[in-house]
Amino acid sequence: MTPNAQSGSRTPRMVYLDANATEPLRPQARDAVLEAAELTGNPSSVHRAGRMARAVLEQARDDVAHAFDVAPLNCIFTSGGTEANVLAMHGLGQGRRFLVGMTEHDAVRKGVPTGADVAWLPVDESGQVKLEVLEAALAQSQAEGAAPAFVCLMAANNETGVLHPLADVASLCRKYAAHLHVDAVQAAGRMVMSVNQSGINSMALSGHKMGGPKGAGALLLAGPAPARLDPLFEGGGQEQGRRGGTQPLPAIAGLAAALKAALQTPRDLSSLRNKLEQAACAVGAQICGADAPRLGNTTSLVLPGRKAQTQLMRLDLSHICVSAGSACSSGKVAFSHVLQAMGLGDQAGEAIRVSLPWNVQDEDIDIFIKAYQGMAQGAASVLSF
Amino acid sequence: MRILVAMSGGVDSSVVAARLQAEGHEVVGATLQLYDSRGAAKKGACCAGQDIRDARAVADRLGFPHYVIDAERRFQDSVIERFADAYAAGETPVPCVACNQGVKFTDLLGLAREIGADAMATGHYVRRVEGPQGAELHRPVDSARDQSWFLFATTRDQLEYLRFPLGDMPDKAAVRAEAEKYGLIVAGKPDSQDLCFVSDGSYVDLVEKMHPEMAGAGEIVDAQGNVVGQHEGVMRFTVGQSKRLGNAARLNGERQMVVGVEPGRRRVIIGPRERSFVSSLSVRDVNWLVDAPPEGLECHVQMRAREMPRPARIIPTAQGALVQLTEPAMPAPGQACVFYDGSRILGGGFICRTEQATAA
Repeated sequence: MTPNAQSGSRTPRMVYLDANATEPLRPQARDAVLEAAELTGNPSSVHRAGRMARAVLEQARDDVAHAFDVAPLNCIFTSGGTEANVLAMHGLGQGRRFLVGMTEHDAVRKGVPTGADVAWLPVDESGQVKLEVLEAALAQSQAEGAAPAFVCLMAANNETGVLHPLADVASLCRKYAAHLHVDAVQAAGRMVMSVNQSGINSMALSGHKMGGPKGAGALLLAGPAPARLDPLFEGGGQEQGRRGGTQPLPAIAGLAAALKAALQTPRDLSSLRNKLEQAACAVGAQICGADAPRLGNTTSLVLPGRKAQTQLMRLDLSHICVSAGSACSSGKVAFSHVLQAMGLGDQAGEAIRVSLPWNVQDEDIDIFIKAYQGMAQGAASVLSF
Repeated sequence: MRILVAMSGGVDSSVVAARLQAEGHEVVGATLQLYDSRGAAKKGACCAGQDIRDARAVADRLGFPHYVIDAERRFQDSVIERFADAYAAGETPVPCVACNQGVKFTDLLGLAREIGADAMATGHYVRRVEGPQGAELHRPVDSARDQSWFLFATTRDQLEYLRFPLGDMPDKAAVRAEAEKYGLIVAGKPDSQDLCFVSDGSYVDLVEKMHPEMAGAGEIVDAQGNVVGQHEGVMRFTVGQSKRLGNAARLNGERQMVVGVEPGRRRVIIGPRERSFVSSLSVRDVNWLVDAPPEGLECHVQMRAREMPRPARIIPTAQGALVQLTEPAMPAPGQACVFYDGSRILGGGFICRTEQATAA
């Protein structure tokens, strides 16, 4: 049962609008997970059981590679988006200068190898990378005669949905022979992407952000296969020696099935999102990154003078699930580095992220609007935290 | 009604939450993250200490929402720094009062109001009694756990909104038994001890780090400035104490005690015990829980966390209040002087240093 279907007679309907944290499981993914879980074999085994498991694994690899236009052997399955990003940065970025966007996810911001030379790429007020700064950094790297730079920019931002101008970024990277690594965890499955056509050199994605189960992701590499990459851990030499460890077959099968379903039945959520934004703006909200192209399902709403933490609590008590910034393991709400980089100052602590899932219903939006407007028009206290 | 319960992860506040829920209230749990439990070395990193985990486990088991509120910076500014600054000014502070007054009863209470809660409840051992003029604050039934002295700064407005369900409990065993009844995992958890933000029980290192000028040994002097001994550090001394004075504990046949601390010069000033007592003192930042009569009132005052209240007369002043003691005593600057009528708190303030008192 998907979260949005959880509406009992006693408890009020739960409205789940936090797809960028994790998408509800797609039924096709659920079926694939259960089927794969029935298989006993280890994909690395030579016997019949192993072959049956390997067939499922390689079919998933073909499907994912095909969807993003890379060679199947250049699709490396990992435990998730974080590992895929870190694997690219460690396995392909050795000895290079890292140029990393300031609004990247912590998986990338904190994934830069220890001791590596790193420069941070600023964004403009709408959240897009400043191309002139990127070019200057690339030119400087080249002038210093160092190894070509390793550029990390995400396709779509997890908090605002803002898309970087990847075509322009890619042509700059090509001009300076830099490696372009793209964190596509939020974009994959929500927009059509081609690695080999777009000038991307490596790209990370995550299964559960597409409606698959948690526990699998992939790193995709451009060019002829198998592309060389140093593993984070060698183990039994799985994934062409590039990622050790027995593959989690159910999670990988679920990832591939979710991706297939996402691309076969695309759903433009921007009209629902826009309706929600209009209603929020009518009671004083401001939209972060509204001027830039964005994912259709995502909005970041600042309610001036209202702490994100309190907004989350109020909405949660109305059975509405949204998020703010990035929550840490203790559950406390952290200040948003993304919105700070966009120049929002204190308002970076007053924004909530609403991200519509693939199965969102019109009624969910109506319930959210009612609760949000009630909150915005209700009394606010002056809080010190 | 919707009640926000301030949950520390201990047995007391967990029982409060469980009982209120059993009574049919809509309980919302909140735990303040006041400091990083892994210590200053990991500053800024996020963490999930055991207490937060316990509070969340209780909430999950009982099935009500629970939130972790980041109050680290606010706690640092309003409690820890003020605590250290008070020592640097020669006072002996009561950080629990500052925490209750600020982080808990101002900030968390404001948050409770903002999320639409009708009341906020805590696990403090103190009684809230509905009186003819509104809510009154009283000592709890269990005198061994009396926390009323630490809560004197609660305003009347805050008191109207607050609930202290444990004030009527006869003893801790009864609270633990109730926790068992609700199946709470924290039923057998040991009580918290000492200052919550000092992990090894010693506040000296913490204060010395923030005020290095106070660190180190110094002189013990008499009222005339004659050096009569040495000490290990001024922070170990509170006005009124006779311990740790070494050979200076008795001079010319008279028992001595600390009558003043000068952190800047790292000096501890002593005087003869019997002759140094005072019969009046000034208090500042006074909080009244009754309409203070301008002519003053007779009551009992308690000037330390654990001591018998003594009779006194309180006269409101522009700066706070003047306290006239029936029997002389040795109040310690920075500590609370709380006014009681029987079990009821009438008000209270912080004890001024002598020079402040003179200025007032």
